[in-house]
Amino acid sequence: MKHTLNLFVSSLLGSLRDLLPIILVISFFQIIVLQQMPENLIQTFIGLFFVVLGLTFFIFGLEQGLFPIGESMAHAFASKGSLFWLLAFAFALGFGTTIAEPALIAVADEASEVAAEAGHIELSEQAMENYADGLRLTVALSVGFAIALGVLRILLNWSIQYIIMIGYVIVIVMTWFAPDEIIGIAYDSGGVTTSTITVPLVTALGIGLASAISGRNPMLDGFGLIAFASLFPIIFVLGYGMIF
Amino acid sequence: MQFIEEFPALLAATFFDILPIAVIIFGFQFLIIRKRVKNLKKVLVGMVYVLIGITFFLLGLEQALFPVGRSMAEQLTNPEFLQSVRVTVGELHWQDYYWVYIFAFAVGAGTTIAEPALIAVAIKANEVSGGAIGVLGLRVAVAMGVAFGLALGSYRIVIGAPMHYFIIAGYVIVVIQTFFSPKLIVPLAYDSGGVTTSTVTVPLVAALGLGLAETVPGRSPLIDGFGLIAFASLCPIISVMAYAQLSEFKDARAMKKQLKEEYYVNKSRAKQNRRD
Repeated sequence: MKHTLNLFVSSLLGSLRDLLPIILVISFFQIIVLQQMPENLIQTFIGLFFVVLGLTFFIFGLEQGLFPIGESMAHAFASKGSLFWLLAFAFALGFGTTIAEPALIAVADEASEVAAEAGHIELSEQAMENYADGLRLTVALSVGFAIALGVLRILLNWSIQYIIMIGYVIVIVMTWFAPDEIIGIAYDSGGVTTSTITVPLVTALGIGLASAISGRNPMLDGFGLIAFASLFPIIFVLGYGMIF
Repeated sequence: MQFIEEFPALLAATFFDILPIAVIIFGFQFLIIRKRVKNLKKVLVGMVYVLIGITFFLLGLEQALFPVGRSMAEQLTNPEFLQSVRVTVGELHWQDYYWVYIFAFAVGAGTTIAEPALIAVAIKANEVSGGAIGVLGLRVAVAMGVAFGLALGSYRIVIGAPMHYFIIAGYVIVVIQTFFSPKLIVPLAYDSGGVTTSTVTVPLVAALGLGLAETVPGRSPLIDGFGLIAFASLCPIISVMAYAQLSEFKDARAMKKQLKEEYYVNKSRAKQNRRD
């Protein structure tokens, strides 16, 4: 119990340290450059405190629960397990971590608000929610697909740069045909998908696989899953924009 | 006390967001791997923490980071403020928005250098490369990439150029660099693009972009407001490969210097020998 409390306090301090640079940047600009205080200063501070608290619980929970089980499963699959189940697991992992990604939820909501204000969808709660959910589902599907393909790449020893380059070409071609409004959101969704939940789980999976298979270099083959997970959402969301 | 009223609904919503991960992990664990979970209780408690964490995080985001990011973007692009700091005469030019670029740069560097996901990947890369890739070196390289990317992205919103030209140009640079970079860095560099944009960076940066697009005359939030994150994920790929090329270049030069010195030492030694 005491041990858990110590861990909790140290991760609270860790979250605070992670947020400190950004708090300094904001304070510098407010006080020195803009020379005014933000409105609702108290509300902002309570909100910031919630962000720190939320990050702490989140990371603490990941380390307590998700990481140990995720890592042990990656190793269990890497050492035995059939190809089908490995790919199914990779897909499910990408899909499951992305659908719950807080950053993606935040951006999808912003995107739906903007789309509603611009008159692309109805200005009703229901339509906006549908739009945001559709966007999240699209991104999550694409990340699942990307992680499965990335795992296949590690197994079959494909060279990463050619796949990435083909991906770039597809993105460029689709950009010409997609509606202008979706392009920014599509390009952004590539970066949004992969953060605190996804990255460590997926990195552990890649490095674990590359070290378990003989003849693979973890440095060359273990990385690259996240690159796929940032490229494929762009393609899928561009497609989503072309259909809806 | 708006916070307390919103909390239960948000908690329930987050629960349904987390559910898929739990179902996937336990489904595979019990049906495919068929091994007992070690410390099942601890894992379950951890998942409850994740649930509470995300709920607080989203609540705080709505109350603090989004409004502050947006209000700062509005203030920094406010005509009155811009008039007071401008450097050109006549109409406002893109140069007059310099505080916006500096802000974007600082936000990018500040949030990235402390990004937990990036630190995790840097430590792994250091381990796997046998120490050839420095943890801090990689973090600084990525942070500089994000900072530069965000500054460039805000410049794009101000001048209103279509973003895909920038992105395509970036892709071309990445492809060219790929051919000249040390082979081992390429997958890591590609990965670092996705790692950077964290849970903290994304909301702040999204708010900055939307705020900018709303206040700069002639910009539409839907077309111009997004895209900053794309710049922040593309530029680190370039900066990490550049970092690797630079350290390779430095190594090569050091090696050359050493070889040269050895050559002269050998030569003088040979002379000495001949004389003897």
